[in-house]
Amino acid sequence: MYLYNLTLQQATGIVAAINGNFSGSKVQEIVVARGKILSLLRPDDLGKLQTLHSVEIFGAIRSLAQFRLTGAQKDYIVVGSDSGRIVILEYNKEKNVFDKVHQETFGKSGCRRIVPGQYLAIDPKGRAVMIGACEKQKLVYVLNRDTAARLTISSPLEAHKSHTIVYSICGVDCGFDNPIFAAIELDYSEADQDSSGQAANEAQKHLTFYELDLGLNHVSRKWSEQVDNGANMLVTVPGGGDGPSGVLVCAENFVIYKNQGHPDIRAVIPRRADLPAERGVLIVSAATHKQKSMFFFLLQTEYGDIFKVTLVHGDEGVTELKIKYFDTIPVTASMCVLKTGFLFAASEFGNHGLYQFQAIGDEPDVESSSSTLMETEEGFQPVFFQPRGLKNLVRIDQAESLMPIMDMKIANLFEEETPQIFSLCGRGPRSSLRILRPGLAISEMAVSQLPGVPSAVWTVKKNVNDAFDAYIVVSFANATLVLSIGETVEEVSDSGFLDTTPSLAVSLIGDDSLMQVHPNGIRHIREDGRINEWRTPGKRTIVKVGSNGLQVVIALSGGELIYFEVDMTGQLMEVEKHEMSGDVACLDIAPVPEGRQRSRFLAVGSYDNTIRILSLDPDDCMQVLSVQSVSSPPESLLFLEVKASVGGEDGADHPASLFLNAGLQNGVLFRTVVDMVTGQLSDSRSRFLGLRAPKLFSVKVRGRPAMLCLSSRPWLGYIHQGHFLLTPLSYETLEFAASFSSDQCAEGVVAVAGDALRVFTIERLGETFNETAIPLRYTPRKFVLQPKRKLLVIIESDQGSYTAEEREAARKECFEAAGMGENGNGNVDQMENGDDEDKDDPRSDEQYGYPKVESDKWVSCIRVLDPRTATTTCLLELQDNEAAFSVCTVNFHDKEYGTLLAVGTAKGLKFWPKRSLAAGFIHIYRFLEDGKSLELLHKTQVEGVPLALCQFQGRLLAGIGPVLRLYDLGKKRLLRKCENKLFPNTIVTIHTYRDRIYVGDIQESFHFCKYRRDENQLYIFADDVVPRWLTASYHIDFDTMAGADKFGNVYFVRLPQDVSDEIEEDPTGGKIKWEQGRLNGAPNKVEEIVQFHVGDVVTSLQKASLIPGGGECLLYGTVMGSLGALLPFTSRDDVDFFSHLEMHMRQEHPPLCGRDHMAYRSAYFPVKDVIDGDLCEQFPTLPLDLQRKIADELDRTPGEILKKLEEARNKII
Amino acid sequence: MQASDRFNINSQLEHLQAKYVGTGHADLNRFEWAVNIQRDSYASYIGHYPMLAFFAVSENESIGRERYNFMQKMLLPCGMPPEREDD
Repeated sequence: MYLYNLTLQQATGIVAAINGNFSGSKVQEIVVARGKILSLLRPDDLGKLQTLHSVEIFGAIRSLAQFRLTGAQKDYIVVGSDSGRIVILEYNKEKNVFDKVHQETFGKSGCRRIVPGQYLAIDPKGRAVMIGACEKQKLVYVLNRDTAARLTISSPLEAHKSHTIVYSICGVDCGFDNPIFAAIELDYSEADQDSSGQAANEAQKHLTFYELDLGLNHVSRKWSEQVDNGANMLVTVPGGGDGPSGVLVCAENFVIYKNQGHPDIRAVIPRRADLPAERGVLIVSAATHKQKSMFFFLLQTEYGDIFKVTLVHGDEGVTELKIKYFDTIPVTASMCVLKTGFLFAASEFGNHGLYQFQAIGDEPDVESSSSTLMETEEGFQPVFFQPRGLKNLVRIDQAESLMPIMDMKIANLFEEETPQIFSLCGRGPRSSLRILRPGLAISEMAVSQLPGVPSAVWTVKKNVNDAFDAYIVVSFANATLVLSIGETVEEVSDSGFLDTTPSLAVSLIGDDSLMQVHPNGIRHIREDGRINEWRTPGKRTIVKVGSNGLQVVIALSGGELIYFEVDMTGQLMEVEKHEMSGDVACLDIAPVPEGRQRSRFLAVGSYDNTIRILSLDPDDCMQVLSVQSVSSPPESLLFLEVKASVGGEDGADHPASLFLNAGLQNGVLFRTVVDMVTGQLSDSRSRFLGLRAPKLFSVKVRGRPAMLCLSSRPWLGYIHQGHFLLTPLSYETLEFAASFSSDQCAEGVVAVAGDALRVFTIERLGETFNETAIPLRYTPRKFVLQPKRKLLVIIESDQGSYTAEEREAARKECFEAAGMGENGNGNVDQMENGDDEDKDDPRSDEQYGYPKVESDKWVSCIRVLDPRTATTTCLLELQDNEAAFSVCTVNFHDKEYGTLLAVGTAKGLKFWPKRSLAAGFIHIYRFLEDGKSLELLHKTQVEGVPLALCQFQGRLLAGIGPVLRLYDLGKKRLLRKCENKLFPNTIVTIHTYRDRIYVGDIQESFHFCKYRRDENQLYIFADDVVPRWLTASYHIDFDTMAGADKFGNVYFVRLPQDVSDEIEEDPTGGKIKWEQGRLNGAPNKVEEIVQFHVGDVVTSLQKASLIPGGGECLLYGTVMGSLGALLPFTSRDDVDFFSHLEMHMRQEHPPLCGRDHMAYRSAYFPVKDVIDGDLCEQFPTLPLDLQRKIADELDRTPGEILKKLEEARNKII
Repeated sequence: MQASDRFNINSQLEHLQAKYVGTGHADLNRFEWAVNIQRDSYASYIGHYPMLAFFAVSENESIGRERYNFMQKMLLPCGMPPEREDD
């Protein structure tokens, strides 16, 4: 089996974010690392985050930093990754790509202990960069300019210190003196030797300054001093002329200002009043805002509270450090303060936010200061505060993030054309169920009812140079309605259009006149109101029209074509007639090329399944240039012109090209390239769009021509980052559409469907899925679908939180206290507060997170959810510190209750210091009210956590720790029937098929088992030889399982055919053999047939087909919130082609951040039989000559390769 | 040091041990071996962000806290070292 890996949705979580001016203009931009993806974001004028560029680098990005050479206008990006190389990138605005400026190798690849890449620090003046590892190694590179003002990089200077753990490094701002880097270090050499433990207790973290002597080209340890043992992060304090220099050391509960030769200035971090005393407060992200006159820091704690830190400083150094409560937003991985007054918060889980500053925290609030620091016998006196609503920030946009995907299932619950992906995302109060549908999201601007059922709609401008459309013209069966677009859209009668007849086409013709084609003629309305009417000869009527602003072709019934042109005076003149052999099905004229008088090509579709290209040139007018036969009569034709471009928005060079698209009656979209000179057709592609013949309309997307195809659902064809994408829109079936542009909506679409006129815009271009989110209460763990009842049962559990009642009580108490304290002036305020609070309620937990308690307290609930209406029909909170971990539906064979729900729970589960629990339970619920609510039948105590449950032959199989047990339903409890205790660690997944049971162990991969009914015995007959830490599994076929491990690998194992046959044929079922194990395990071993490193922890696997009638592929969801697919190849030729393409891509286009592609995909085990589609799909971004070179090697043209890539993608989605 | 010493197997090993932390030797005891494995594991967890996030979800802590905890555990990953028999 060979598989094609393709990422459908790129990772949405963010590892690190930096801001700067990367394109060299004054615009503030953000570069984010999403695991293996580097993207450039920019908040636009409306405050919406736009992704400008996104590139997969086939490596793990661990750190990012930006620097600017003195006097330059542009920031460079330094990437620390797992490549063992330092890479400096520059954003190329013209081509919209990241250019690699430097790549220096310093060590082995991989995320290793002593190979730098984990930390990056920049000299604030951009003269040097330090790259560090978790332990020992730190390298300093000197950055400079050569005579041509190009960036140069020196050979590395070592600042190693062995036996030392490094917590954080940062640059120290010391103006133009020698660059200094600071590091928090911990020496473990003595603790490793001393068996009494005294040295370990005395181990002390140090803050060390490393000075780079630019004159001697040497790094030396300049200064080292003890620092608080809870120190975890360093923040640069502005120096030189801007501030006191030095660093802020963020430690557990404290922020300390430190500098060489300066006394420590320490202040406590205020604590939430409800925080348990044993929990510390740790700073997890920091951002600095610096203006000419002042600077401050925003530090965020692990609970989401942001503090503004300011320093009071003068000639004698820093005298006071103040920490003031600022606001609370969800915990971030990185924060960026933009100069334009925005805060970009890259959330560690869940959606990212873009906030605008309303104030900078100047108003009084809870504050802790170094001058009021009180030291008592128990340590420093804490300062308390209560989180409140946002005061200084206001959220103006959010970027969706699926991180982390906890579970995912694919089913067509809504009976739509394509299945929906149900994914459980997020954590704690920010969790949600997200329903993903392939397609672009649209936002509806207006829907208005019309007096009849319209057949068509057009928009026209009054003048070629107008920015916006003037009229919407709607045609009915026997009338035409004209609406003028202004402040409002209203009906007008003075437009000159004939309203007593249906229309066939309405458009702007020439520079400033309008044309209406109706069955009996052409009405030409001049700018000054004069009207010219051309009538059809005899009783014949016009059936089809094609026009392009300067040329018009009409087809009369019977098959006669008449060709008109706009002459110099703006008159519409008949030029030529041509008799076709039969009726014309559709026609279209290519757009007029820039600087030309007319277009040369007319396409005519006939009912004899052909499309002809006719010439419109005066010398060979109406000559047939080429003929293309198609599989079904064409219904609609559209020429799409792609203008020549060098780089630009989509990153690649394109020669001008012309595409002819045809919607065929069998629902296929046929697409072919038209030779700009000869009119020959080549390179045809087809794609099935839906059950109705696609009607094609030209629209604008980001100012470029795009195509709207209306079949049983609407599709948009457009160019995005160098790819032509054809994506469905998540909208209902439309009849007819036209582009729409007005003051309120620059690029919209107006469409008719039924008796309504709809105006909408298309959003978030380039995305594969659009999502509907339904909020959940706690971290979702697993869920089951009930396809018949169209319901979901979700189990949610959170560690270390209060139960719902406790939270409610605490909140009431706190609000009462606050109400009394702040406004003691009566009940009115309190009432209002109460109201506000109710309104804010669901939001507030999302923003603040649940209050923390001891880690052995759990909250959990079981929820029955109707995804159609997004309503919870039943929610059971588990009591007594129980938490749910597994769920399944089960039909016991006696059928008394029908389908039952089994939920595995654990009471008082603790992971630390040793995994322990009070008890495990299996709850059995019955469904009531047609599945909408649950009733507990009984619960059965078990000795461990039941992490896996599965129905098997009318009984329930449970994996409880290392025991696999078969239960039957009793009156009061479950009854043990059979068990096997021979599993190595903990059973996490169970799948069954016929009499086979496929058990996944948390640490030891799959075990294939069999149940013998006669002897009532469960036994393992095969297992895997590789220790795999399973995170997800899926049953592929009788002998094959797919699994994913904690390290980011996906693999398939298969039982060899002969072994499988032997076991099935053996009357003892291989039992005799089973008694003699092999290699400390089962007698038979499965074989690994597929292996691939995804580079992200895969948490769910599912086999599904996302396109109607398409083949199945294996979809995976990951912790970082990405979705990918593994598609099995069906032909050997494709395997050859793609493996050769992959090989050439590896050679010609090595990944951006210096990791070797093959090594990356084989990070833990050698990649086996998987071709990386993500790499192959970078082919269109290569320079044209390189594309041609690779294509030559493969004996194909670049066009054919693109077609192959498109086909492979279309097989998946 | 004589020129020939540079190429003998012992000095090459010593060189490796000095350069690459965690390179084993014949007299490595169980504790030292375990400590190296643990430190390597923690460093790998810290380096692979998705794995860090995976742990953070299961322990219901923030990713920053989880990273800090792993760093802290690198000091004594296997508890106290055993008492040495010689000297």
